[in-house]
Amino acid sequence: MGRIRTLKDLDLAAKKGLETLFPKKTKIMVGTATSGIAAGALEVYEELKRECEKRKLDIHLSKTGSMGMDSLEPLVEVIEPGKPRLAYGKVTKDKVSPLIDQVVSGSIDGLKPAYRIDDEDDLIRQEKITYGKKIEAKLKGIPKINELPFYKKQLRIALRNCGTIDPENIYEYIARGGYYSLYRALSSMTPEQIIDEVTISGLRGRGGGGFPTGRKWLSCRKAHGDIKYVICNGDEGDPGAYMDRSLMEGDPHSIIEGMVIGAFAIGAHEGFIYVRNEYPLAVANLQKAVEQARELGLLGDDIFKSGFSFDIKIVRGAGAFVCGESTALMTSIEGKAGEPRAKYIHTVEQGIWNRPSNLNNVETWANVPVIIARGGKWFANIGAKNSTGTKVFSLVGKINNVGLVEVPMGITLKEIIYDIGGGIPEGKSFKAVQTGGPSGGCIPADLIDLPVDFDSLWEAGSMMGSGGMIVMDDRTCMVDIARYFFDFLVSESCGKCVPCREGVYQMYEILHDICHGRGKKGDIELLESMGKSIADGSLCALGGSAPNPVLSTIRYFRKEYEAHINKKKCPAGVCRALIKYSILADKCTGCGVCAKRCPVECISGERKKVHIIDQGKCIKCGTCKEVCKFDAIIVE
Amino acid sequence: MDLKAITKTARDTIKKYNRDHSQIIAILQDIQGVYNYLPKEALSVISEEMDVPLSRVYEIATFYNSFSLKPRGKHMIEICAGTACHVQGAANILDRFERELGIKRGETTQDGLFTLEEVRCLGCCSLAAVVRLDGNIYPFVKQDDIPRILKKYKKQEVK
Ligand SMILES: Cc1cc2nc3c(=O)[nH]c(=O)nc-3n(C[C@H](O)[C@H](O)[C@H](O)COP(=O)(O)O)c2cc1C
Ligand code: SF4
Ligand code: FES
Repeated sequence: MGRIRTLKDLDLAAKKGLETLFPKKTKIMVGTATSGIAAGALEVYEELKRECEKRKLDIHLSKTGSMGMDSLEPLVEVIEPGKPRLAYGKVTKDKVSPLIDQVVSGSIDGLKPAYRIDDEDDLIRQEKITYGKKIEAKLKGIPKINELPFYKKQLRIALRNCGTIDPENIYEYIARGGYYSLYRALSSMTPEQIIDEVTISGLRGRGGGGFPTGRKWLSCRKAHGDIKYVICNGDEGDPGAYMDRSLMEGDPHSIIEGMVIGAFAIGAHEGFIYVRNEYPLAVANLQKAVEQARELGLLGDDIFKSGFSFDIKIVRGAGAFVCGESTALMTSIEGKAGEPRAKYIHTVEQGIWNRPSNLNNVETWANVPVIIARGGKWFANIGAKNSTGTKVFSLVGKINNVGLVEVPMGITLKEIIYDIGGGIPEGKSFKAVQTGGPSGGCIPADLIDLPVDFDSLWEAGSMMGSGGMIVMDDRTCMVDIARYFFDFLVSESCGKCVPCREGVYQMYEILHDICHGRGKKGDIELLESMGKSIADGSLCALGGSAPNPVLSTIRYFRKEYEAHINKKKCPAGVCRALIKYSILADKCTGCGVCAKRCPVECISGERKKVHIIDQGKCIKCGTCKEVCKFDAIIVE
Repeated sequence: MDLKAITKTARDTIKKYNRDHSQIIAILQDIQGVYNYLPKEALSVISEEMDVPLSRVYEIATFYNSFSLKPRGKHMIEICAGTACHVQGAANILDRFERELGIKRGETTQDGLFTLEEVRCLGCCSLAAVVRLDGNIYPFVKQDDIPRILKKYKKQEVK
C-alpha cells in the first residue's frame, strides 16, 4: 500500500487490517509482551508455528500485547470466525499440541479456556464487535471476560488495543479506528478546537503530577518560537510500575497518533519519545511503529494533505530515575547529564534547546485519540469530578490477582484490592498499599474506602504517581519500606542541591540505624523535621517529594517505628538485626529439608526429631521458612 | 583489549551519529553494546574527535547508571530491587547471590564469569521477585532456587 492521504485511503488500510484482525480462518494469538515472554510465550509461539506447519493447518498465527492478567501468562487466544474468542491461560510449550488437537476437533474438554469474549465495544468506531452470536452449549460454562472479577470493574480506554491487535501491524491499529482521530483533527478541526476538546475532557497528566493536559498544550501553543517540540515521557522510573511499558509494547501507534494530534494543536513539527533503558522490547516496537507510520505518510511531510508535517525520534534513556523529571529529561535529550533545572523557567516556553516543549506521559498521549473521537464531554463523564477518565494501575505485591488494571477514577481502593485483586494471598491481612513510587506514600488499611483520584490520594499523604500499586501485608515492615525508598533516593538524587543530596542521605542513615536496632529517642521527630526542610529546600520534585515515604509511614505506622526504636523489635519480622527464626517443636516433623537448604548450615537435628537453629550462626535469611512445608518455622 | 579496535569502533560510531553532540549518550550506548563496558580509550577518542572536554564525556558516563567503566563479566546478573520485588524478598535474594558468588553488588567474579548488579524495576513486577540473567527474565525467584540457577551457567562453562 502506498501513502495514506485521504479518508478513502484510510478505509482501505482499515480493510486490510480487518483481514488479519478477524481473518476468515482460525486465528491464534499469543501475548508476547515482556511478562508473557518471561513466562515462555515466545517458545509457545514457535511451537505453535511448528505444529501448524507440521500438520499443514491453515491458521493465522499472530502476536499481541498483554491483556493485563499476568497470572494467566503465557496466554493464548483462539478466534474462529463466528465464534467467541477463547482465552487459554498458562499454555506452556507442552500444551501446544493438545491445544491444536482441540482446535482441530472443536472440543474444549481437555484444556479449559479461562474466559471467552463474545463481543466487545470498539471505543473509537463506536460499534459492537461480535465474535460469536450463537453460543454453543458447551461454552456456556466458560465465564465471559467481564464476568471475571479481575475484569468486571475495568474500563479499558488507554489499553483499548493491548492484547487484541498485533502491535507490529499498523493496519490492525487502523482497523480499530486508529489514525481516524488524526484524520478528523487535521481535516476538520482547528488547533484551538483540539485544545478545547482536551480541556473539556478534563484529562490530567498520567505521569504523576496530574497537571491539566489542555492547559499545558495551550501554554505551549501560545509560547513564542518557530520551533517547538512535543515529547513523550516513557521513562517509567517508578519501581513497581509497568503500565507504560505495556502500552509502548502493546499499542505503540496509540501513543504516536496522540502525539501527532498534540503536535498539530501546539504547532510542533518534531517529537521525541524518551524510553527507559530497561525496556528493549518497547524501544523495538516503537521504532517499528514509527517506521510504518512514516511509510504510510502518517508521519512526515504533509500528513493527510493538510500541509502539516511532523516526525518522531526515539531516544533511549540510560538508567537515571531523575531523567523522568521534565527538565532533566529534556537536558538528557540534549545529550547531557540529566540534571533538573530551576522550575521558574517553564519548559512549555523554554525546554529542549530553550525552545517551547510540551511533555506528556505515555498514557496521557494514548488517551488523546479517544478524546478526539468521542469528544471531551464523553470522556469527562467517566471517572470522578476532578479526575476524569480512567487510570491504569499495576497491581502487584502481596495480592492474589496481580496484573495491569484500568479502572474509572474514583473507584475505591477496596474495590481494586478486593474485588479486582482478589485480596491478600495465604489468608494474610492487608496492611497498606504504596502508590506514587518514591514520591508517594503508604496508605493504611483503615483508608481502604478511599476513592482513587488525584486529590484524595494527595490528601492521604501519597500521590497518584504513574500508577504503581504495591500491596503489602502484615509481613511487610513499614520502616524497612521507608528505608528502602531512601536507599533508592540516595542513589538517584542527582546531587545538584544540598538539601536533597545530603539531607536524603542523612535521613537514610537514621532509618538504617532504626532498622538495625540503633534507633534513638527523638529520631522520629528528627525525621519529620528534616523531611520538611528537604521538601522546602530542593530544586526539583525528586527532592521535594522525597520525604513522603517516611512522612506517610510515620503518620500511619508510628507504633511500628516506636517498636523498632524503643523495644528493638520488628513486628513484621523483616529487619534482620531485630528478628529471630525458631522452629516450633509441635509442628516440626524432622524432615530435615531446612537443615539441607540452610546456606550457612546452622540447623541441626536427627531425622524425624525436632530440629533446632543455632542462633549464633544464623544469618536470618529466611530460607528455612521458605522451604518448610509444615509452617514449623516462625520469625519474631 | 585491542587498542586499535577500540579506537576504530569509537570512530565508526561517532561517524554513524554524524558527530552530533546531542547523540553522545547514544554513542556511548552503542560502544558499551560492543564491549559490555566503556573502555577508557573510547572515551578519549570521543573527546578528541567530537571536540568535547574529556570531563564532560566522563560526566555523562558516570551520571547514568547503565554505563560501566569497569569491564563486566561474561554473564550479567541483574537483581531487581524495585518495590514489588523488595516486598517479595529481593534483599534476601541479592544477599544470597552475593554469598554464592563471593562478590558484592556491582562487582565481577575473579574468573570473569559473572557480574552482579542491582536494578530498579525491570517492568515485570507481577512476576516478583525477578532476576534477569543475560537478558532472560527469571520470575518468582526464591532464595533456594539460586544455587540451581547458577549451576546451569557454570555447567555451560565447563562444556
Ligand atoms: C523524579 C521524578 C521522576 C519522574 N518520572 C516520571 C516518569 O518516569 N514518567 C512520567 O511520565 N513522568 C515522570 N515524572 C513526571 C514528569 O516530570 C512530568 O510531570 C510528566 O511526564 C508530565 O506528563 P503528564 O502531564 O502527561 O503527566 C517524574 C517526575 C519526577 C520529579
Ligand atoms: S532536588 Fe535532588 S534530584 Fe532534584 S535537582 Fe536537587 S539534588 Fe537533583
Ligand atoms: S519491582 Fe521488580 S520488576 Fe518491577
